[in-house]
Amino acid sequence: MKVVLQNLTKIYPSRDKGPDVTAVNDFSFEIPDGKLIGLLGPSGCGKSTTLNLISGLETPTSGKIFFGEDDVTDLPPEHRGVGLVFQSYALYPHMTVLQNIMFPLENLKGKDRPSKEEMIEKAKEAARLVQIEPYLARKPAQMSGGQQQRVAIARALVKRPRVLLLDEPLSNLDARLRLQTREEIRRIQRETGITTVFVTHDQEEAMSISDEIVVMKAGVVQQIDHPQNVYDHPVNLFVASFLGTPPINVFDGEVKDHMLYIGEDAVMKVDLEDRKVIVGVRPEGFILDETGPLNCHVIGVQVMGRDTSVVSSHPASRNATVCSIISAENKVEGEIARFRLKPFKTVLFADDTEEALDWKVLD
Amino acid sequence: MEKKSLKGWLYLLPALAFLAVFMIYPLFDVLVYSVEEGYNSASQTSFGIGLYNYAYVLHDPYFIQALKNTFILVIITVPLSTGIALLISVGLNSITKLKELFQTVFFLPYVTNTLAVGLVFMILFKKTAYSDGLVNLLIQSFGGTSVDFIDGPYWAKMFVLCFYTVWVVMPFKILILTSALASVNPDYYKAAKVDGASRWRIFMKITLPMIAPMLFYLIITGFIGAFKAYSDAVALFGTDLNAAGMNTIVGYVYDMLYGTGGGYPSYASAAALILFAIVLTITCINLLISRKSTTF
Repeated sequence: MKVVLQNLTKIYPSRDKGPDVTAVNDFSFEIPDGKLIGLLGPSGCGKSTTLNLISGLETPTSGKIFFGEDDVTDLPPEHRGVGLVFQSYALYPHMTVLQNIMFPLENLKGKDRPSKEEMIEKAKEAARLVQIEPYLARKPAQMSGGQQQRVAIARALVKRPRVLLLDEPLSNLDARLRLQTREEIRRIQRETGITTVFVTHDQEEAMSISDEIVVMKAGVVQQIDHPQNVYDHPVNLFVASFLGTPPINVFDGEVKDHMLYIGEDAVMKVDLEDRKVIVGVRPEGFILDETGPLNCHVIGVQVMGRDTSVVSSHPASRNATVCSIISAENKVEGEIARFRLKPFKTVLFADDTEEALDWKVLD
Repeated sequence: MEKKSLKGWLYLLPALAFLAVFMIYPLFDVLVYSVEEGYNSASQTSFGIGLYNYAYVLHDPYFIQALKNTFILVIITVPLSTGIALLISVGLNSITKLKELFQTVFFLPYVTNTLAVGLVFMILFKKTAYSDGLVNLLIQSFGGTSVDFIDGPYWAKMFVLCFYTVWVVMPFKILILTSALASVNPDYYKAAKVDGASRWRIFMKITLPMIAPMLFYLIITGFIGAFKAYSDAVALFGTDLNAAGMNTIVGYVYDMLYGTGGGYPSYASAAALILFAIVLTITCINLLISRKSTTF
């Protein structure tokens, strides 16, 4: 089931005479059938509101939502056929795991309503899918966070939803479980083939799990693309800085006579006219080179086995430190480290709009 | 370890001393009084030990009347006040406009003096040869004949007493239930809504179980409170409750001690212990039921 969002806007009226809050601003996007989409952005960027609009818990101020060919904009949540997994899991504490998973089935009416035996069978099937079958008789409080998370997913899946919505489902888990559950969600989504929207503020999570990422900021969609493309070709400085750990290094730069300068250092020849630019360099975009043009003042070197991380400073850097990750075979000696930059790990932005510029290296 | 626990007991000593003097000793004393036959408070002597006082009280028609009144009061007012309080709390919880105003209005009776409210009720329901109260005027305007609720037939008096009791105990229950309802995680409701549960089902399957511990707390304290009813009856029907036929068990205890024709601490103690036994039994039953139905 593909999901189409058409010029979706949600405005919350202000509470105390302040300006109205636009949580989601003119969001258009078509989620292809059976794909997993990551909605990514800092807190308050409107990603959860977008999810609530898709689920029907909130109604849009303007715009339309389609599931397949059906316009569901005015449909209440119970008639949309969505499964929703909450950050808090929202498992009913007084019910057993089995009762929790069966709850959505028991709400069905008329001819859709399966018999008691069918309900149990379906609930067990969902439990098997998320591998919690041995715990059906337990109460949620008797389970670990990861297991509760699986129960929540089973409950969302049991009525075969047309769309599965996950609202920050991993943020209450510890780091190890988060990795495991992430893989698990990917597996379950692949097995069921249900179109899934996954909300997170963790860029690594979104990158690793999603078929496509939607990056949002202050209610406005910044970029929609495959994770690798968003990482390699960010459309603006915000997207570039939001994605990647350690974050991208940002310098003030200038193009003079087709030569790109970072501070005093002439880094590379580019096909741009003379202008001021912002230079973004991914940590892995540095090559240690005796004759390299970029001179950084070394602060510290961290050896991490496979890689070496060089923390240094540069007068034109917008951040306090410049972080570069180089192969561990390189030795950094002395106070000055000289780097060459990999052009495809370097992004140039207009200094005023912070939009990415289209450029090429000149030989 | 030994020294530590000794220190602990030392810290507890002031509180324990007070409890011992003002609670445990009187409790024990009541037990003693209740089994001393023919106790004379002037000479502080008795004929002997036995269960005669209990037999006397249980055969006293005034006590039987008080027992009957108390039971009727309990059985009618506890479910009614808890039920109505639940309805009002759910209503309060679902409105946004004027919510605080209504919360204040519903809480007002709690901070109002019992006797003052009793007076107002008396005036509302009264009927004398010269004038009718507001309630009787209402009944007449609907074509009924007026009834004296304060000094008339038994059912009318009982109705006023129950009405009054429900009105007085409601604010506290509303307060507790609105806060219990507000503390239910809204994610549960959102999840249930997305899963297609009707409002009724959400209420029965999620809201009620989630606030069940608070409900049971209110029912248990409600039972205890209603069994101890006394001042409400006095506020409505005056101090001579036996004559009005509206006495309660606590009222009977009081009358046996200080009322006209009183001065029988032994009978009063026996009646008080019978009340204690009843309340204890019912509270235990309540606790058993609540344990069974509220396990998270």
